[in-house]
Amino acid sequence: MGYTLAEKIIMRNTKRSSVTAGELLNVNVDKVMVHDIFAPFVVEKFREMGFEKVWNPDKIVFVYDHLVPTSFIEDFRHHKIADAFAAEQHIKAVHRADGVCHQLMPELRYVVPGQVVFGTDSHTTTYGAIGSFSTGIGYTEMAAIFGTGQLWIKVPPTLKFNINGELPEGVYSKDIILRILGDIGADGGTYKALEFGGSTIKGLSISSRMTLSNMAVEAGAKVGVIEPDEKTFAFSGVEGSQFQDLKSDPDASYEKVFNYDASNFKPVVACPSNVDNISDVEALLGTKIDQGFIGSCTNGRFEDLEVAAKILKGRKIAPFTKLIITPASRSIYAEAAKAGIIGILVEAGAIMNPPACGLCCGRSGGIVSDGERVIATNNRNFLGRMGSPKSEIFLASPATVAAAALEGKIVDPRKYL
Amino acid sequence: MKEAFKGRVWKLGDDIDTDIIIPTQFLALKTVEDMKKYAFNPLRPELAAQIEPGDIIVAGKNFGCGSSREQAPEILAALKISCIIAKSYARIFYRNAFNNGLLLLENNELYDCCSEGDQVSVQLENSQVLLGEKSFEVASIPTDLLQMVEAGGLVPFMRKRNGK
Repeated sequence: MGYTLAEKIIMRNTKRSSVTAGELLNVNVDKVMVHDIFAPFVVEKFREMGFEKVWNPDKIVFVYDHLVPTSFIEDFRHHKIADAFAAEQHIKAVHRADGVCHQLMPELRYVVPGQVVFGTDSHTTTYGAIGSFSTGIGYTEMAAIFGTGQLWIKVPPTLKFNINGELPEGVYSKDIILRILGDIGADGGTYKALEFGGSTIKGLSISSRMTLSNMAVEAGAKVGVIEPDEKTFAFSGVEGSQFQDLKSDPDASYEKVFNYDASNFKPVVACPSNVDNISDVEALLGTKIDQGFIGSCTNGRFEDLEVAAKILKGRKIAPFTKLIITPASRSIYAEAAKAGIIGILVEAGAIMNPPACGLCCGRSGGIVSDGERVIATNNRNFLGRMGSPKSEIFLASPATVAAAALEGKIVDPRKYL
Repeated sequence: MKEAFKGRVWKLGDDIDTDIIIPTQFLALKTVEDMKKYAFNPLRPELAAQIEPGDIIVAGKNFGCGSSREQAPEILAALKISCIIAKSYARIFYRNAFNNGLLLLENNELYDCCSEGDQVSVQLENSQVLLGEKSFEVASIPTDLLQMVEAGGLVPFMRKRNGK
């Protein structure tokens, strides 16, 4: 009997020749990520548990992103506590203003294919896009990993998504994952692994693949994995021949298989206030919006800024409409500046925010008031996520958001491409 | 763990996410005691003040979906909710709850049969929840998980491991 990709990664980690979905086992943690907002809690629990030394300082990465730049007087406390702990424990990987954790972990090659990785953030699933088994946990379990280097997991059953064919113009990986979420629901993947494959996925850039894996957790999934290929190996700077086991077997046992023809995908939008409340853009034309947001670990990468610039070039966003743009990392910001993209966005009227979590988690940089309506590229449209619980959030691709900002209402992005 | 207890029901719907349980803007408050006043703030701002120790939350499917914020189960434990009985839970919340000594039970039918303010009795020994004359079966919880909940969660468990 064959194995799924998630099972193959677990087998590699545990050096076992077989695993079974539903089985509980201990994994050896290859890397962990803790971000600023939870760092003090991890440190506190670590001490409460009676640990003195972390199991391996080279496997721990701290990223300050939720509270960067600080918005309240007390925010800096988080950075001070993490800095002191990192110094005491000889943890060298501390990123104080370099971008969003889920962008930095793969971009800076802290995570490479085949690893088992945990983070104190639900969107840790993002690294499944490069063939790792990565997921979010709470700070208490993170403290236990800091002390032991191990965590128990349940081997998840896998839902397989085969997506084949060519995506139509104006349709992106964001539209694929929103459609899938609409089809399986916000709890359709609970405790499960989602595995994305097929010719469409092969054709996607690593950035686009990260959008899929990032939002796997919005279906409740434990991981969202994609088989690593030549693109992945080049991105991660590794030798492909070392990772030939990271393929799902043709006779792998899936809980369910979904087949999609990519040519049927359309630009879609998740409507307030659930990620699985999906509608075709065409059904929402004319819906007034007050603010657009392009950014986050879901869609703040170079190609996302590039498509926004393509739509906004030489145009102005609508009066009384705000467009907030947050590159996902410092290097993306720098690259986009070098390519002239930032200039185009700013001239169109966009407000550039520093590379961090800011608005996506409702902490800073464009908080919305009662009655405001936002269209955004991030991953959650929960009640009150970006400010007032009396505001509304729609989720869409960067192209759909940029086009909406131009007209102050939801429009079909394809007319600008 | 008390093997049988009673509590007053607060009823919440499907997909109660962690941003509803505790919004991001309150996560940098210093203590869980400071945060617990804001439980369910976007949905029912008055609720946290009304919850009394021993109360029970009954909810629909996918309770605790969304972010990994552990403050979500922590503040519910701090409000001294005796347990949550939902149709289903999101996985990160599920682990976080047990790690913080918060008991979660699963049942599909109770939600549609009970009303807010009802009294329900939980009998862990035989995995039953009673509402008036009706009884509902909940999946049994492994003894070692129950012991971790009773001990207060993963921290005391690790302290013991470390001989503290």
